[in-house]
Amino acid sequence: MVEHATAPAIELRGLTKSFGNVVANSEVDLTVHQGEILSLLGENGSGKTTLMNMLMGLYRPDKGEIYIHGARADIQSPHDAIALGVGMIHQHFKLVDVLTVRDNIVLGTRGGGSRKQIDAKIRELSQRFDLNIAPERKIYSLSVGEKQMVEIMKVLYRGARTLILDEPTAVLTPQEIDRLFAILRRMKKDGCAIIIITHKLNEVMEISDRVTILRKGRSMGTVVTGEIQIRDLIERMVGESIDLSIHRPEPKRGGNVLDVHRLSVLNEDKVAVLSDVSFAIARGEILGVAGVSGSGQRELCETIAGLMAPSRGAILVDGVDIAGHSARDIIKMGVHMSFIPEDRFGMGLLPSMNIVDNMLLKSYCAHKGIGLDRRPARKLAEEVVETLNVYTPGLNSPVRLLSGGNAQKVLLGREISSNPSVLITAYPVRGLDIHSSMTIYQLLNEQKEKGVAVLFIGEDLDVLLELCDRIMVLCGGRVTGIVDARDVTKEQLGLMMTGHPLEEVLGNA
Amino acid sequence: MRNWQMPVRAIKRVDEENRLRGVFLRVVAIFLALAVGGLFLWALGFSPVAVYASMIEGAVGTKTALRMTARLCIPLLITSLAVTLAFKMRFWNIGAEGQIGVGAIAASYVALYHSDMPRVLLLLTMAAAGFVAGGLYGAIPAYFKAKFGTNETLFTLMLNYVAFYTIQALAQGAWKDPAGMGFPKIARFASQAQLPTLLGVHIGWVVALVLVVLVHLYLRCTKQGYELTVVGENENTARYAGMNVKKILVRTMFLSAGLAGLAGMLQASGADKTLTESVANNVGFTAITVAWLAQLNPLAMVVVTVLFCILTKGSDTIQSLYNIAPAAAEVFQGIILFFVLGSEFFIRYRLRFVGFKGGKVE
Repeated sequence: MVEHATAPAIELRGLTKSFGNVVANSEVDLTVHQGEILSLLGENGSGKTTLMNMLMGLYRPDKGEIYIHGARADIQSPHDAIALGVGMIHQHFKLVDVLTVRDNIVLGTRGGGSRKQIDAKIRELSQRFDLNIAPERKIYSLSVGEKQMVEIMKVLYRGARTLILDEPTAVLTPQEIDRLFAILRRMKKDGCAIIIITHKLNEVMEISDRVTILRKGRSMGTVVTGEIQIRDLIERMVGESIDLSIHRPEPKRGGNVLDVHRLSVLNEDKVAVLSDVSFAIARGEILGVAGVSGSGQRELCETIAGLMAPSRGAILVDGVDIAGHSARDIIKMGVHMSFIPEDRFGMGLLPSMNIVDNMLLKSYCAHKGIGLDRRPARKLAEEVVETLNVYTPGLNSPVRLLSGGNAQKVLLGREISSNPSVLITAYPVRGLDIHSSMTIYQLLNEQKEKGVAVLFIGEDLDVLLELCDRIMVLCGGRVTGIVDARDVTKEQLGLMMTGHPLEEVLGNA
Repeated sequence: MRNWQMPVRAIKRVDEENRLRGVFLRVVAIFLALAVGGLFLWALGFSPVAVYASMIEGAVGTKTALRMTARLCIPLLITSLAVTLAFKMRFWNIGAEGQIGVGAIAASYVALYHSDMPRVLLLLTMAAAGFVAGGLYGAIPAYFKAKFGTNETLFTLMLNYVAFYTIQALAQGAWKDPAGMGFPKIARFASQAQLPTLLGVHIGWVVALVLVVLVHLYLRCTKQGYELTVVGENENTARYAGMNVKKILVRTMFLSAGLAGLAGMLQASGADKTLTESVANNVGFTAITVAWLAQLNPLAMVVVTVLFCILTKGSDTIQSLYNIAPAAAEVFQGIILFFVLGSEFFIRYRLRFVGFKGGKVE
């Protein structure tokens, strides 16, 4: 261990927080020193965000103390936290799209002086940490990586010397991640203390000096990164050693089931969100889609599922063109297609309604008459709960009370119960813990082996590379390449995600 | 750092669904309301106990009082059911007032100009006219919302005034009673255009109770009821499932407004026996409160409506009995409602006192 002369930048002692009967954090200790990067590792729902929200003054701890530079702190709000030099970069950016970078940076601060002085301060910070920031640009014109730079600048501008980053790499390309890590290392050299919240193990190993592991709200200890194996980290994080490699059964490719031909889609503002997209998925194949978020993935799914109308092109399922038909029409045409949307509570599920009523959604109009028959739905609900191990207090409890993994199982269970020939999934493991994620991958593989054509929109490139047979990369609504998942590297995918066409990427290699 | 902060914080309850606490808090709210209301009466120089006793007496104490209270309940209950259909779909129909009016106008037209039909047929035609006219009136804002995304709150609210002033115009012009000695009023309906009574109250109460059951079944056990609930719960999911959201929007509003129109017909034919500009009498707005207090549950709505009407009738009584100014009686009603509606906040949130310097962290 390194000896530290000064008091730690942050020390949390015995923080405890419960919501009703749910204990989110129990007696958690954590310290981070100046010039150190600490990873906070844990599965979804293990209490990482709650812990940091207490540090930021968003929640009040039930018990425990917070010390900043050795002095006891009573943090009531993010204002107090920033006054103490602690700033947080949230996973979902909190920026005003139509304002300039400068306006976003100064928003909510007092004084600050003239525009010249502000720009000088921004420039000084930019140079010191190698952030690439143009104060005049509007936020909506920035890429995801650039927006993150602005978020970092926002907290630095407010004088923060301790930075908390919540899942900062989730939406970045491999190249952007490298850049972010370079900036973090520079900050560390400059004497900043950094906490990075993550559940990606290789990133923990790459960037951090020490790692604190949380499981079910309790601290599983803090270790020096150089002295631990990934295997041990998993065991501490999950509570058992599990194999994280994803199985990829050999595809028994049949003919093409889904054939998308020169598809173009305009959004409500008549801006092209998909241009000339063509691809095909064979029976028993998983086609992955990679891309920076907002590259047209959502529109692609929704157009195929009949929720958006294309301006041009054809979508053939078993030879039937479904382009431009509504979801109900597609069912009537005899096409069996299932769709797992990205935000399950925003689309796909009915959060305040129970499992049975959620099961009814696709089948309630199957029989004649005006009455509603809940019996088949109840039977299906029982089956899904049984076969997919859905943990629920009962069939009558609202699905919003289920954990992310269980809610996803309900959705997936309903969708595959109709024996689809095409299965579209958008970020199906988002927000799920490791166990649930592995279950979902397994279910997708089962569907594949049954001969279903699966479209898998993913964000974790490692998963895409392991699970999918082929990967299609989207950038700005265009296909930059379709490659065999066995013949491509993460870096190559990253280049394609930022607009370099396949030929160029392969040419460089 | 700031020097001052709120000493109290509201924290969302995790177990919002706890039924027992819900009932307990509501009962506490009623008692608190009575206590504060009593204080108010006492400050005005009345004995709270005596006034409360007269309120009960005036609302349910005698047969006549009971009948009058029941008569108040009929339009309120039906209109609450009406807005419930729209609210379940998260369509903010605050135009029930106007839909009642238009329903009453259509029914009155039949009553005034086609009263030569056999009585049963006449009354059924009036009811159908009221339902359809009210329904179409409510379908207008729904159609515009489906087609152009207009704001239904403003739209339905504005249509209230159109209906209200149309009745005034009719009373002063086309439908003015020639035998009214110059008064701008509409003639009394012929006796066969008036609803028969059962147990001393016009049979609208039977209709209301039947509708409670029908609306409950419609929401619970029909495809259409499921569809409108899904649209209200999550419009994206409705589209995802292939539902025709626009059609559901217009259809549901037609039914919702149709019920309000029917309430207008019953009020005109059963209670007022003519068409007056006060046919809706704020029922369209009160129904919103009732519907939410009953948490959009048709069966609970019966109880809430009855309690509400007891309060209304009771304060009417004390106005005349103790010579309390009408405004004071309304203040008193306001106090009671304030507490009862306020208790909803405490059902959803709990308060924690953190002191002016922030909570002590042990």
